[in-house]
Amino acid sequence: MSQLFPRYANTLARASIVAVVLGLVGLGVVGYGWVQSSYATGVATHVSQPVPFSHEHHVSGLGLDCRYCHTSVETSSFAGMPSTHTCMTCHSQIWKDSPTLAPVRESLTTGTPIVWNRVYRLADFAYFDHHAHVAKGVGCTTCHGAIERMPLTAAAHPMRMQWCLECHRSPERFLRPREEVFNVRWTPPHDQIEQGRRLMQAYGVPAHGLDNCSVCHR
Amino acid sequence: MTMSWDAIRNRLSDVQGARYWQSLEELCDEPGFQELVAREFPAHAAFWESPLTRRRFLQLMGASLALAGLTACSLRTAEKLVPYVRDPEGVTPGKPQFFASAMVRDGHATGLLFESHLGRPTKIEGNPDHPMSLGATDAFMQAAVLDLWDPDRSQTVVTRGRVSTWEAFESELLRQRQQWQAAQGSGLRLLTEETTSPTLVRQVEALLRQYPRARWYRHDPVDRSALLAGAEEAFGQALVPHYRFDRADVVLTLDSDVLADEPASLRYAREFAARRRPEGPMNRLYAVEAAATLTGAMADHRRPMRSLDVGVWAGKLLARLQDGLPAADPWLEAVARDLLAHPGRSLVVVGYSQPALVHAIGHALNARLGNLGQTVTFTAPAPPPATAPFADLVAEMHRGEVQSLFILGANPVWTAAPELAFDAALRRVPFSAHLGLYQDETSALCTWHLPEAHFLEAWSDARAYDGTASILQPGIAPLYEGRSTHEVLAMALGSPTRSGLELVRETWRGAHPGTDFEAFWTGALEKGLVPGTSLPPVVPTPRGTPVAPPQAPAGLELVLRPDPTIWDGRFANNAWLQELPKPLSKLTWDNAALMSPVAAERLGLSNGDVVELRVGERSITAPVWIAPGQADDSVVLTLGYGRKVGRVAHGQGSNAYVLRSAGAPWIQPGLVLRKTDRTYPLATTQRHHRMAGEPLVQVSTLQAIAATGSMPTEAPPSLYPEVAYPGHKWAMAIDLNACTGCSACVVACQAENNIPVVGKEQVMREREMHWLRIDRYYEGPLDAPRTYFQPVPCMHCENAPCEVVCPTAATVHDDEGLNAMVYNRCVGTRYCSNNCPYKVRRFNFFQFSDWTTESLKGMRNPEVTVRSRGVMEKCTYCVQRIQAAKGDEAATGRPIRDGEVRTACQAACPTRAIVFGDLNDPASEVAALKAGPRHYALLGDLDTRPRTTYLSRVRNPNPALEEA
Amino acid sequence: MAARDSEPPVIRPGYTIASAAREIGDLVLRRPIGWPWLMGMLLSAGLLTLLAVAVVVLLVRGVGIWGIDIPVAWGFAIANFVWWIGIGHAGTLISAFLYLMRQRWRTSINRFAEAMTLFAVLCAALYPLLHLGRPWYFYWLLPYPNTMWLWPQFRSPLIFDLFAVGTYLTVSLLFWYVGLIPDLANLRDRAPHRFQQLAYGVLALGWRGSARHWQRYESLYLLLAGLATPLVISVHSIVSIDFAYAIVPGWHSTIFPPYFVAGAVYSGFAMVLILAIPMRAAFRLDGLITQRHLDLMAQLMLAMGLLVAYSYATEFFSSWYGGNPPEWTAFVNQVTGVYAPLFWGTLFCNVLSVQVLWAPKVRRSPVALFVVSLLVLLGMWIERVMIVITALHRDYLPSRWGLYVPTFWDWATLCGTIGLFFFLFLLFVRLLPIISISEVEKLVEEGA
Repeated sequence: MSQLFPRYANTLARASIVAVVLGLVGLGVVGYGWVQSSYATGVATHVSQPVPFSHEHHVSGLGLDCRYCHTSVETSSFAGMPSTHTCMTCHSQIWKDSPTLAPVRESLTTGTPIVWNRVYRLADFAYFDHHAHVAKGVGCTTCHGAIERMPLTAAAHPMRMQWCLECHRSPERFLRPREEVFNVRWTPPHDQIEQGRRLMQAYGVPAHGLDNCSVCHR
Repeated sequence: MTMSWDAIRNRLSDVQGARYWQSLEELCDEPGFQELVAREFPAHAAFWESPLTRRRFLQLMGASLALAGLTACSLRTAEKLVPYVRDPEGVTPGKPQFFASAMVRDGHATGLLFESHLGRPTKIEGNPDHPMSLGATDAFMQAAVLDLWDPDRSQTVVTRGRVSTWEAFESELLRQRQQWQAAQGSGLRLLTEETTSPTLVRQVEALLRQYPRARWYRHDPVDRSALLAGAEEAFGQALVPHYRFDRADVVLTLDSDVLADEPASLRYAREFAARRRPEGPMNRLYAVEAAATLTGAMADHRRPMRSLDVGVWAGKLLARLQDGLPAADPWLEAVARDLLAHPGRSLVVVGYSQPALVHAIGHALNARLGNLGQTVTFTAPAPPPATAPFADLVAEMHRGEVQSLFILGANPVWTAAPELAFDAALRRVPFSAHLGLYQDETSALCTWHLPEAHFLEAWSDARAYDGTASILQPGIAPLYEGRSTHEVLAMALGSPTRSGLELVRETWRGAHPGTDFEAFWTGALEKGLVPGTSLPPVVPTPRGTPVAPPQAPAGLELVLRPDPTIWDGRFANNAWLQELPKPLSKLTWDNAALMSPVAAERLGLSNGDVVELRVGERSITAPVWIAPGQADDSVVLTLGYGRKVGRVAHGQGSNAYVLRSAGAPWIQPGLVLRKTDRTYPLATTQRHHRMAGEPLVQVSTLQAIAATGSMPTEAPPSLYPEVAYPGHKWAMAIDLNACTGCSACVVACQAENNIPVVGKEQVMREREMHWLRIDRYYEGPLDAPRTYFQPVPCMHCENAPCEVVCPTAATVHDDEGLNAMVYNRCVGTRYCSNNCPYKVRRFNFFQFSDWTTESLKGMRNPEVTVRSRGVMEKCTYCVQRIQAAKGDEAATGRPIRDGEVRTACQAACPTRAIVFGDLNDPASEVAALKAGPRHYALLGDLDTRPRTTYLSRVRNPNPALEEA
Repeated sequence: MAARDSEPPVIRPGYTIASAAREIGDLVLRRPIGWPWLMGMLLSAGLLTLLAVAVVVLLVRGVGIWGIDIPVAWGFAIANFVWWIGIGHAGTLISAFLYLMRQRWRTSINRFAEAMTLFAVLCAALYPLLHLGRPWYFYWLLPYPNTMWLWPQFRSPLIFDLFAVGTYLTVSLLFWYVGLIPDLANLRDRAPHRFQQLAYGVLALGWRGSARHWQRYESLYLLLAGLATPLVISVHSIVSIDFAYAIVPGWHSTIFPPYFVAGAVYSGFAMVLILAIPMRAAFRLDGLITQRHLDLMAQLMLAMGLLVAYSYATEFFSSWYGGNPPEWTAFVNQVTGVYAPLFWGTLFCNVLSVQVLWAPKVRRSPVALFVVSLLVLLGMWIERVMIVITALHRDYLPSRWGLYVPTFWDWATLCGTIGLFFFLFLLFVRLLPIISISEVEKLVEEGA
């Protein structure tokens, strides 16, 4: 009776074992990589807007304070979006007829609001409170990145629990003095950790419990 | 039938001390008995998990059968962000605002504050400044937001079945007004519900001035006219009594649920409960009544008695008080002595369902006891003096004298006594316009139906029971084409453009001439009431003694009552109220013919048997429900069910209005019962079986405490390590001595936490979702049991059994002692619920929350996650309120004060039975209560260390009556 | 040798190595498809379809289609899970435990018993997935690096379960497959058709039966047997902890682990007999699966039955002697309450019916054995249901006492998995040697 299998069948068998193992590991690695990639998180991919608003121009260029437009950031969980009226306080004088601002003028005349596309979207089951964070010395740029260098706005960080916990488990790494919160050019000092610890003391940021589920989930 | 009621009675009589039972099965083992009342499987089994279940359920909630559990889906989907064009005054996005207004029921206003998120009213709280609210609310007020957002509400003008417009109606009015001009309005009739609105009165007067021969009638299903007639008889003037429970040491109620269904009940309950504290001078309550009521449940001594016989009994009592000869009846004698022992500090209350004569006797009793001006004061009624009776209007209609009829708010076709044949009469009216929230039975027979604006959508005003006027301000522009009564009347007056705001302001400008009107106006709006508008007290003089009524013939009587959850039927389409368990029977979604065990025994009836109730030639069928403690010869049926309209209301229960008679609206003798061979499944949230011996509700008597004193129960020694809670340490204490079981807290919780409704079939399958339930226990003799209520939210155990068994750590403890439930981490093993000894966890067996109906989205509390199918949920101590307070604490640096965080249930409670706070704050009220002698933990010996604990119930029985 | 001579032969005398091999091999290679097999296949395939439908409806509508509620949040799903896992145990016990005990009679039954284990565990493994409120997140029970920085909660018995059952499935599969290798080679060599030769050839992993092969095979097999044996004890102990761990009166009991293991093996033996007796008749295997096998199995089953009876007694005693009111109430409710029929049914099937096995005559009558086995299997299922439901439907607060009534879908899922089980088993008897050829050959050689 002739041989059922050719010689190389053995090699094939051995190879297949290795292949399966590697394949499974590879799948895991790739999967995790994808989840972390900006494809999944949307980090650094800017969202198209009805008006190509440039934070770079308004913040670095004109030096507007964040609170000029995001008025309720110190009083409410929601930082607030500028009303058409707010835009027009300046743009009724400058760039009066610039075509890019047409939607803004139209909104004012027709009274229909400008519909922006969200850049940062937090899951519906997670609750974030701007005024609490700002008061505790969490700077705008800590979460929103180098906004002053964004001609078009893009998310700087993935809104992932992992990312929230980085700070909620060790706030000292990120806290800055209250007066620096709205300073977009602030850079952490060399002794950030000590500074941070001191600020936690000063602002009454608890060392434990910030990673309780009930802090963000209701 | 093999069971014997004597056997049960013996079982109950021979047991030592408190023995609780929840319902009848647990009393007796006889199989016959089980047959009689149990019916476990039929009521429950649904082998095919019936398609009807689903259809009905979809119908109710339009549930989406979404496959994916979206609460944990954070995939990036395009989302819009829409700022204002012009920033509105004083609105901070993300911060709720509160506005003062009032809710009107039976014409009387109760002050409230409504919470508004970016212009969406989502929650109602009581108005602490308002005399009839004192910060509390009832279940109806809590559920009002669902009425506002109800997708079933009438949305367009309809004429003769065709959709029409307001313009069309106005042009029709033009024609009408010419006729009225011609005939001085002789054919013009106005029908409203009972009202106290100054603006409405002003408008009606204007109308009558313009058309002198027009008439204004009022019709309200909850008829309290006997009060006025009684006062007429006693004092010669139409007055209404105001009870001062805060001054009364001994209270006797005669067929009255004064703590629950009077316009002033919230205030009464608060003042009554304040006098129940065994620490202070504790009052004593005697209740003589036919139906088992919440007031009766609070009573130290309760005497079940036919409503028909109450008058006679009261007459005997009056005689006893006057001639001083000891009465034969020891119970009456004891009550009499107790009352006499407290002259000027006792109080006799007569229910509005009793005829005028009995009210007169009640007044005479109070006069004899020197209570007039002390524990009971009088004022003129807040509503304007009654015009001709409603019956006259119907007569006119029958005679064809009515050409144009405005029905504003009422639903007479459905609520009028059938012998009046209102529907037939209405058909004879050529022009009839009905203004209502829903297209209902009446609008179907009117030539015009007009969509009414909900009270949260419109400007109006009204007076409270004590006359205090409130201005009702809207929280949102009408969702549909709704207009207010005032606006419609303005149309009739020929000024269709007048807005509700103008009309109301005009009224008050009239009352407040002078320059400071704007200040007055804003002041009134902010405070929610117009100061100094309460009616002046009148000190009446009794004239002679009323003669006791004759003994009524024996036999069954029919007692009609407003329903504890849907009232007279106006809330029948409110799913929250439909699913709210009736405080005593714990029934949902239906009414039933309530009868005492003895009556049921006599007729061989058991729960769910359908009987025919016949009074005279009129009859309806209704399922039977056995209500321990009810008078043997009276059958109680609640109004409001059997509606023919509304997706929620339709087809639930049986229509008690059919048995109503214009002469005797509440009590009718000569009821005939016939058992049919049908049974009807009733959905109760408390299934009832033998009790495991533990004293879940701890009860003692004032005397016992005085004698022995009682110690707070110590927590048992534990093998678990003590955990320190350095920051806040949230906890709750519930005073079982104050809880009247009114269930406002249950609806408050539902509104605050976006809790879904599940529908009758799912309730029967034991899947109701209420985070907070109120357990009801009976103790003592079967015919006159003592009733105890026990609200049970999540206990937030420090050693929580649920936490250790969750495989995904979806329920965990936080550093402030909250037992957190993380919906988005829950995979739904339901292990936590199995391991919860209190069974306070609720599971989304289907997609219970409605994700599809647009209007309901507007109603939701944005601070609370809307749960998806397959997720466990439970009471969170309103963590969103805690977090909000902590957010502000963080921002302002000001520590949270005691009472700053109030849970929804606590805020709603009329009697302040629920107290929430921080145990680490030694000055906090909750800390004090937990240190007190009445404090105990439910199932404390399981060493779960619950944070929610109870204060034991204390009774204050009359030693002369208390059985050894 | 003396000892062995005294012992009656394990298989009927007169077999030669060749004849034994042929008899078993031909069952797979040459036997035409018979109508009993076809009927069985049709029936189980039908039930399998029912399972598919039930699962789809479940995924679309939610676990609400079952009779579960609050308080009874676990119903058939968990009971069936426990039941199926239990059935698996007998297979492992026979093939591993008896192997270590040098029980040579196991040879004729271990192969299909192992197959039974495998399929039973597969059926069992379905339930924990399906009973989740959100099955599509089942992987949150696995410890893997994730963007939430969360681990599963290792204190939860359900996590223990995951690992216990996972291990059990893997080891059973390995054990079964390793044992198959020489037989696969055997089939490869005698297969008439080329595709059969190829198929079995691939699976045989190039087995040539050289001394080296045999030496490694033996040691690996022994090793796996050593691994599998403790699992017989551990797996169901851990499953029982799902209940013993809980505060629920009627669950919270330390005797659950041994009690569950006994029950498991008990039901397992019943299933083995239920499978063996018809096969024996259909394939005329009474030479290989002899009277003696049935007798020994019956004796083991009786022993287990007594163990189970003892557990019931202990449970009663401890709840009475413990003096813990809730525990006692729970027991009384179990015996007299709404679900009392379950209790008495269990008692009848699991304790009473097996007593007939004292009689040697019954032990040797296949029909009688078959009936008793069916009763035991049923009894064990009823017992699982009773444990899950009666404890839950009345725990501490009477206000929340309730009921559990299975719906159509509860039954559909149960029958569905039974269909799945027999579907797989019938495939097995067509495609693989139901008795270990190599081991039978060894027996023949040893002249048993």
